[in-house]
Amino acid sequence: MSNVPHELLYTKEHEWVRIDGNSAVVGITEHAQRELGDVVFVELPDVGKSFEVGEPFGTVESVKAVSEIYAPLSGEITEINNEVVDSPELVNEDPYGEGWLAKFSFTTAPSGLLSAAEYERYINDEANK
Amino acid sequence: MHTYEPPIFELSSPGKIGAALPDAGVPETELPAHLLRDDDLAGLPEISETEVVRHFTRISQRNFCIDTGMYPLGSCTMKYNPKIHEDAARLPGFAFIHPLQAEETVQGALQLTYELQNILAEISGFDQVCLQPAAGAQGEFAGILVFRAYHLDRGDDQRDEVLCPNSAHGTNPATAAMVGFKVVEIATDSRGNVDLADLRAKVGPRTAGLMLTNPNTLGLFDENVHEVAKIVHEAGGLMYGDGANFNAILGIVKPGDVGFDFMHYNLHKTFTTPHGGGGPGCGAVGCKEFLADYLPGPIVALKEGQYTRHTPVKSIGRLKAFKGNFGMFVRAYTYIRMLGAAGLRSVSEHAVLNANYLRVNLDKIYPVAYDRTCMHEVVLQGKIKGAPSVHTLDIAKRLIDFGFHPPTVYFPISVAESIMIEPTETESKRNMDAFIDAMKQIAHEAVENPELLHAAPTTAPVRRLDEATAARRPILKYDQAAIAALLSK
Amino acid sequence: MSHYISITESERAEMLKAIGVADVAELFHDVPADLRFPTLDLPAALAEGEMARELRRLSSKNSDVLNYSCFLGAGAYNHFIPAAVDSLLRRSEFYTAYTPYQPEISQGTLQAIFEYQSLMCGLLQMDAANASHYDGATAMAEGAIMAISATRNRRKIVVAPSVHPQYRGVLRSYTQGLGVTITGDENPAASVADAAALVDNETAVFIVQSPDFLGVLHDLKPVAEQIHAAGALLLMVTNPIALGLFQTPGMVGADIAVMEGQPLGIPLSFGGPYVGVFSCTEKLLRRMAGRLVGVTTDLNGQLGYVLTLQTREQHIRREKATSNICTNQGLMALAATIYTSLMGKTGLRKVAELCYQRAHYAAKAIGNLAGYEVLEQGAFFHEFVVRCPRPVAEITQALHAQGIIGGYDLSKDYPHLGNAMLICVTEQNTKNDIDQLVAVLGG
Repeated sequence: MSNVPHELLYTKEHEWVRIDGNSAVVGITEHAQRELGDVVFVELPDVGKSFEVGEPFGTVESVKAVSEIYAPLSGEITEINNEVVDSPELVNEDPYGEGWLAKFSFTTAPSGLLSAAEYERYINDEANK
Repeated sequence: MHTYEPPIFELSSPGKIGAALPDAGVPETELPAHLLRDDDLAGLPEISETEVVRHFTRISQRNFCIDTGMYPLGSCTMKYNPKIHEDAARLPGFAFIHPLQAEETVQGALQLTYELQNILAEISGFDQVCLQPAAGAQGEFAGILVFRAYHLDRGDDQRDEVLCPNSAHGTNPATAAMVGFKVVEIATDSRGNVDLADLRAKVGPRTAGLMLTNPNTLGLFDENVHEVAKIVHEAGGLMYGDGANFNAILGIVKPGDVGFDFMHYNLHKTFTTPHGGGGPGCGAVGCKEFLADYLPGPIVALKEGQYTRHTPVKSIGRLKAFKGNFGMFVRAYTYIRMLGAAGLRSVSEHAVLNANYLRVNLDKIYPVAYDRTCMHEVVLQGKIKGAPSVHTLDIAKRLIDFGFHPPTVYFPISVAESIMIEPTETESKRNMDAFIDAMKQIAHEAVENPELLHAAPTTAPVRRLDEATAARRPILKYDQAAIAALLSK
Repeated sequence: MSHYISITESERAEMLKAIGVADVAELFHDVPADLRFPTLDLPAALAEGEMARELRRLSSKNSDVLNYSCFLGAGAYNHFIPAAVDSLLRRSEFYTAYTPYQPEISQGTLQAIFEYQSLMCGLLQMDAANASHYDGATAMAEGAIMAISATRNRRKIVVAPSVHPQYRGVLRSYTQGLGVTITGDENPAASVADAAALVDNETAVFIVQSPDFLGVLHDLKPVAEQIHAAGALLLMVTNPIALGLFQTPGMVGADIAVMEGQPLGIPLSFGGPYVGVFSCTEKLLRRMAGRLVGVTTDLNGQLGYVLTLQTREQHIRREKATSNICTNQGLMALAATIYTSLMGKTGLRKVAELCYQRAHYAAKAIGNLAGYEVLEQGAFFHEFVVRCPRPVAEITQALHAQGIIGGYDLSKDYPHLGNAMLICVTEQNTKNDIDQLVAVLGG
């Protein structure tokens, strides 16, 4: 069973979001990294770039798959995780911790994100399809 | 046998050379000092001929090849490569002529090219063939460029989409994108054909054409091919035929007769020019008369007893320097001339017979993706009852231990855990029976002792390789320190 | 039944029975009945001996460079090929193998490609080289397309007119659907500096060749600075044998370097198969098309080779791939690997010196002939332009009658040069061959 920390918010594209005031840290979920397999490359945007909710802002690659990462909210990139660019395996090893991807700042509070319970139900439904 | 061989750079010592070269024998001219390289060619090794020959012979022994065993890679047509082809391509008048020589000094080569153009046109039901494209993907590129040129020439500039079934080879969508088209994916129906309802919903005034492999990558002849062509044509689109699977229909049906306007031939599949470890190939193209003016050039014609080259009037231009992979023309020409019409039909009959023989012997153990008579290849699924931990990859790797090259795996991507098997016509029943036995034995092991599969292969020159490390910290050229660091981990 | 098929009549019957059909024809019931089993109007089948005779007949109608002395280059070169190259290429293990998708049983091919990538990087002094393109021309075109994406969609390409005319043709074919502007070569007489002056902040790439199509060696270091100052990339087309002596793309600071690998042990073969060598800087690595081989270890910790960074490629990224390339020129890359290994650093320099010395000897001798003039263009490698007293086609015909394949007629591609012939001299042309050429030209 997947690890879905209850304090985080989620998207159907398998990103997680940790909101703190006007900023949000974003990564991909444990479920997502397992589906991808060994992550070998992470491409992240430059700090200062802005994205609309749903827009791809980077990619995560495994040996044989490429997955785009979508902005879970509209905002500006204030920090990216350079550690994960150098050591992509962090996404596999610690997806909710050292494997975080980018930090956004936002002016309008994000909406439409899933709670941990909703996300868990979503991935279970997907698996049973 | 222990065949490990170090990287060639480790054989190098100062002062050795592997070739005998003459003296200049002419008065010396000074070299322009400011234009010389400054590194003493430090990146190149110094090795004797003896060592070079031994090195490459030893590493060659770490390869599986058609001449060592059954190589049933679906969609790749790994059939026997006749030996006369290799002699033919090396004849002095073929291997040692310059592409820019005057036409009157290369009439034999032009004649061979001309005859091969006509032979391919006849086999496929097209009016004009151009042999220039170097590979299937380049043939596709030629075709989609021709479609674009044709529509634009008619003032029809609204067509910016190319339709591709979801079973298509990855080169199809990549090709359409390279020409600047948007790719629209078409679903597959429950019998493995193009889903006509989905096609009707997506075709329209923006459709430049549809790219279809037929037989398709599921190993099935699309039963609705006529209807598909009709729908596309009525919308003003054109039909592109990917000839990757042409080996199933030589003398069985002509693609030009079932509605295709353009196709490419993979001389390195159907007409058995060797695959060479990844190439070279030849992706010759053929088309109906109304598209012939847009073909790439040069094309060879016969005028007043002389073979001459020309580029069509509205040509999309040349796709490579010179004429194409002539060495491949010679091999394919030799193949076809030795088989003749009856021999070609026999090729396809046996290719299809062999694939169906494998199908009926394996479909009880490995679910078949579409339960129909297949053409030259069959798509199974690596889902073995009672073996949840076993995946297609494990089955493939275990086949290596049984002495077979694994089939194509995880393609087509529209079928989960796919195993695509193409025995080709040149495989013997004896070998196919051994392959069937191996597949049955593996299914048994998958349930009884899955570790055997997870650990496989154990008899190959190397065990499973760590692809993640290779991709995370790529070492793409010889670097003694980096390799030492990798090995010390 | 063909001698390539291993199934007997009785086995065939047995197999049909297992399948549950009476006749092979029944397996084709999905094919529209009215179009099934068409007649193929083909010449009658030949036995192997008959075919061999027919092939020799066709081959003998061509004038080959083994029996003629060849002074034709212009992008395809007659060089010496050690016997060991073809002897190794004819090993079934190499030529009857497929793309190395199963690395455990393809280590031979993979190691050879890795060594090819390494040798090409050494020769070019570039960071990374892929497993090959179709030829030099398509490598150049794909390099230009890569530059467009690497410069975030700048859509202007500037190309010097001294880049091989057919390469420039392929560049235009390749990019016709991409909405790019190609400029710089409108005037065939324009210099590299003239073309480089057109590079601006809309330009993705400047494409230049050295030694260029007319044989001239350029010092591209200052050009590279100028191009980079405009934020554009420099794509250098070069010749592998010239690299035995002369300035490399790496020294110059080129971002992308390509070349036709045919001079490295591959026969002329009427234009193909050859091999397109493609290389770039570390920075551009993930935008490079084509296959790449990397080093890793297996479960036992043994050194091994795998295809890597495959997510760039069409079979994974489909319409978002950097290129549609799949089949490459693997066996030809192997030829280049074996040739370069045999020659090594001493041999390659020696071949380059032989070409340079003999070409300069020939140029001086022809320059002394009445009516002929060797164009003064600066330093050159093994090709030079000769202005002739009459149309080149006539001269070529006269040379052919004397057992000589003459140079390339420049009148169509570079009309401003008049009756000009591009002559190529390699290590295959002896002093005697050259003296004979001079005698026939002068006679």
